[in-house]
Parts: sequence; structure tokens; C-alpha cells
Amino acid sequence: MSRSSAPPVVAPTGVSARRRSQGSLQVGREVGVLRGLLWASPWLVGFIAFMAVPVGMSLYYSFTDYNLVQRPVFIGLENYERMITDDLFWKAVGNTVLYAAMSIPLCTVAALVIASLLNKPIMGVSIYRAAVFLPTLVPAVASAMVWLWLYNGDLGLINRILRPMLEPLGVTPPNWIGLRGSGDKFWAMPALVFMSVWSVGQSVVIYLAAMRDVPAALYEAAALDGMGPVAKFRHVTLPAISPVILFSVITSIINSSQIFGAPYIMTQGGPDRATYVYSMYLYDAAFVYDALGMGYASAMAWVQLVVIVLLTVLTLVMSRSLVYYRAA
Amino acid sequence: MSTAAPSTSANVSGPRRRRIGPGWARSIARHALLAAISIAFALPLIWMAATSLKPEVQAAAGGMSLLPDPPSKTVEYAAANYKAVLADPTVNFPLYMRNTILVATLSMAGMVFSSAVVAYGLSRLKWRGRGPVLALVLGTMMIPFPVIMLPQYLIFKELGWIGSLKPLWIPAWTGGAFSVFLLRQFFLTIPRELDEAAAVDGCSAWGTFWRVILPVSKPALAVVALLHFVYTWNDFLGPLIFVNHRDQFTLALGLQLYQSQAGNIEWSLLMAASTMVVAPVVIVFLAAQRFFVEGVSSQGLKE
Repeated sequence: MSRSSAPPVVAPTGVSARRRSQGSLQVGREVGVLRGLLWASPWLVGFIAFMAVPVGMSLYYSFTDYNLVQRPVFIGLENYERMITDDLFWKAVGNTVLYAAMSIPLCTVAALVIASLLNKPIMGVSIYRAAVFLPTLVPAVASAMVWLWLYNGDLGLINRILRPMLEPLGVTPPNWIGLRGSGDKFWAMPALVFMSVWSVGQSVVIYLAAMRDVPAALYEAAALDGMGPVAKFRHVTLPAISPVILFSVITSIINSSQIFGAPYIMTQGGPDRATYVYSMYLYDAAFVYDALGMGYASAMAWVQLVVIVLLTVLTLVMSRSLVYYRAA
Repeated sequence: MSTAAPSTSANVSGPRRRRIGPGWARSIARHALLAAISIAFALPLIWMAATSLKPEVQAAAGGMSLLPDPPSKTVEYAAANYKAVLADPTVNFPLYMRNTILVATLSMAGMVFSSAVVAYGLSRLKWRGRGPVLALVLGTMMIPFPVIMLPQYLIFKELGWIGSLKPLWIPAWTGGAFSVFLLRQFFLTIPRELDEAAAVDGCSAWGTFWRVILPVSKPALAVVALLHFVYTWNDFLGPLIFVNHRDQFTLALGLQLYQSQAGNIEWSLLMAASTMVVAPVVIVFLAAQRFFVEGVSSQGLKE
């Protein structure tokens, strides 16, 4: 099936043709296992050298006391036991969960709203889409610098805009994020969350492609049933793109659990550890706090891996009743 | 769900849908909303660039003008800022720019080539074990970088790569899960007749890959190349861990160094430095927007 034989559904990116062709496709010549493995060998070599071996190593180190200078000493489950009573560990876990719990719903809703606004044949769609998508390509370090400047208490653009609105009410806008971990303890985390909405463009583009893939016939049927735009979104669009939303949420969970650059650069985890997230503690344990070392950091990394896998499985299981899979 | 009624005709000229208000009013409202959202998303970058054009006194003064006062001196002020950044005695931006271009280019070349080879093996050749290998490729996307970054550091150290740029680009030559997946999906859409014709002409599997499949896959290869180029350009945690000498810094590390070592931040200079780091990405994006959008769109289709 070639790309040109795409079904009549509007799909400017050609993705629908691709998806539909997968199942029925029978291309390719038969080759032996060794030939096949040879073709896959670049990835397999990388997988073994830079992934499988490191995963195994970090599992082993997680059971050791190891600070890069001395050889690792096996200490059994001590690193894991230590985590249970480590207040800073739980603080970092709490902050990361808090960030994810605020950021993921906010970004998902924002992305869905923007994508559905764009999902109409209106002029200038590509310009709007470009404006929303471009921030996702900005290097994390550069966006940290830009937002440090925007959030600056005295001089930042955000407070320049807010001050004339809030001061007549007797409210002083907060010092969102100050330099070197100074600033408002309460507002630092919401500031990071709000900033994450800026990078929502990838989800917007993914949702938009999925929305354009929804068969027009479904909307026609909905119109015959007398549905308005909101009802159509609720009863046609959302169910039809739910597998894509699910995928995007799982990706967001994995990404949010690894947030590092923004807090590391902008707040250094402060003020008063209010934005000290899991990956920062892991980094500090490995490279900064000699008392903890690679062993403890590896144990933390493994806890993270297990939690991510469990969360992914849990999301998949829980969503079985919510996600609607169209027959191919 | 309640509405999944199969319709025999996909004819768009069916009965009119119910609408709220006249069409032109809804259209204007939609444009207004989208324009507001677009401006909000563009504003941080616009403000970054605007700040880089002003002398520090003006940047730190109030107001929201985008150009310095007087506007006729914009070029002069901007040039002073950018020159000051490039001439900074401790942060060697020209060198970091060179390093970043080198790493991003080598890394991109390897990623495209190796991922294409692997994707071909996983899509247009049939062999026992292909399914499990593909599952393994997809499964690795779940592994968080923190789990492997510390042992990777030790492995690179053992290989003698720490202290060079090698850790930042050699691993890309083994391909990447996402790129392999994206190219595989594309290869699956190429008509089988092409392979058969090549086979009749006596083309080997490699010849088919090199002379038939790759030439017709240029758009997909471009997507992988661009996404990986930007990924490498932007990467922060990788260089932070694997690079420990200033001669090997990338722009991302250099920008962070520039900000963290300054005793008293001069926002106009910091924004000029940020603009230099962001500008190449913006230019690449504007030149090849279609490829980015296609590449990212296809991410949602893993199911």
C-alpha cells in the first residue's frame, strides 16, 4: 500500500496512511536469523554496551558502598534501607510528585484546548502551530535563563505586567524565583509548573495529528444526533483520540519524574529545598555528597526505574475502560 | 462510545451541523484566541531577544518597550552586548559553538545511518526473532537516563573517552530507539514492488537498502536528522556528566557556566548569550518546520 492510496480522511502529514498500512503489510525477503541480527547489530551493540551493561552495573552498585575512589563494597540492602529513613529522599520524592501532579493535568488540558482550536480549516494554522511548537525546541538551559529573567521579582516581565494590575488592590506580586535559590518559597514550584506549559507544543502537535485522523463520518453522525461543538468534543473527539492521550500521559509521567535542568539551573533546589527534585538528589548523591556516593545514587535510580515501570503498567491497566480503540 | 455509528458515506456535504452564532463571528473569536495564545508562547523568546538589544541600564529599568531608547541606536547597543559576550575572558563561546556543531553533526550522521540500517532489518527483512528485537527496542524507551548515566560514565572512563567529546557522539552511532521506530514505520509504507524489482535486477539486501529504500526515504531521514540534531544541541545533563573539562564544553554547559559564575548578573548580556544558543535552533526550525511537525506527529501512533 503506497502513501498515495490513503483513505479520504484529511491527513496532511500522511500519518493515517502509514498507520493503516501496518497491519496488512507483507513486504520483505526471508533471511536467516544471523543475517537479521547482523542488520540489527548497530543497535544491539549499543544496547548491550550503553544500556544493558549499565543497567546491570547500577543494579549491582545499588547493593554496594561505592564512592568512585574506593572499590565497591557489598553492603546488601543497606542503601535501600537508608532511603526509608532519609528525610531528604522523601522531600525530593514529594517535590517530584507535586510537580508531576500539577504539571501533567495542566499541560494535558492546555494541549487539548489548543489542539482543538487548531483543528479547523482556518487560515494561518501553520503560523499558530509554529508559535506554540517552537518553545519545545529551545534548549533547557536557555529557557531556564529566559524564565529566570521573566520571573525576576523586581525586573521580570511577569511582574512588570502584574504590578499595575495588583498594586491598586494592595497586593505585591511575589518574587517568583530569585537568584541563587532565593525568592518566594511558596511560589517557586508553581512557577516551574507554569513554565512547563510553555513546552506543551509537542503534545499539541501529536493531538492535532490524532484529531485530524478522526473519520469525518463520526462528526456527521454526531451532527445528525443534534450534538453541538462541546458535545462533539466530549463524545467523538476525546474517545477517538484517547489512545494518543494515554500515550502522551505515560510519556509525561516518565519525563516529569526526570525533571532536572530547570530546578538545577534556576533554583538550585531552593528556596529551602522547595524545588529539590528526585533527579537533583540523585545527581548530588553521585557527584556532590561524598557520604552517599554511587551506591546510594544507583539505588535511587533503580527505585525510579521500578516506579516508572509500575506506573506505566498501572496507567495502561486503569485506562482499559477509558481508552477506546478503533477497529483497524 | 455512543456515537461510533458507521456511516456508509464519508460525504462531507451532508446535512448542516448545528452552530452557535454566525460562522464569521465564531471564526473571528477562534482567531483572536489563537492569536493571544501564540503571542503568549512567543513572548518569552521575543523578550529575550529584546533584552539582548538594550544597554544593561535600560534592560534593568522598567517599561515594556522592545527596542532600546533611542531606537536608532539598536544595532550599536546590540553589537556591544554580543561582542562583550563573545569576548568574555573565562567563557569561550566561540569554542563551545564549535564543539556543539561538531558533536551535533557527528551525532546526527551516526544516528541517521545506524537507525536506518536497523530499521531496514526490522521492517523489510523477515527473520525469526525480529519481533522480540523490535519489542526490546521499544521497551528501552522506558528506561530513565538516570539509571544508566552513572555506569555509562564509568564505562566511558574505562574506554578513555572522558576528557574528550567522544561520549557525546559515539553512542549515537548505535542508533536510537525512537529513530529506529520512526524509520521502521516509514519503511513499512514503501511499496513492496520496489524491493521485488530490485531483487529481479539482482540487487542484494544491502543494495536494495542503499539504492532503493534510502533514496525514497529522504523525508523520513530528514525528520530523524533534524530531531536528533536539535536534541544533541539542547542536551544538558549528558554533557554535564560526561564532560569535565572546559575545552570540551558545549553551548548548553557554557551558558550555564556563564550565568553561574557571574557575581552580578547583567541581564542584557545573559540574554544575548541565550539568544546565541537559541538562534540556530530557531533558524533550523523555521527552515524545516514541516519535518519537525511530521516527526513529532508520528510519535502518537505507537499504540
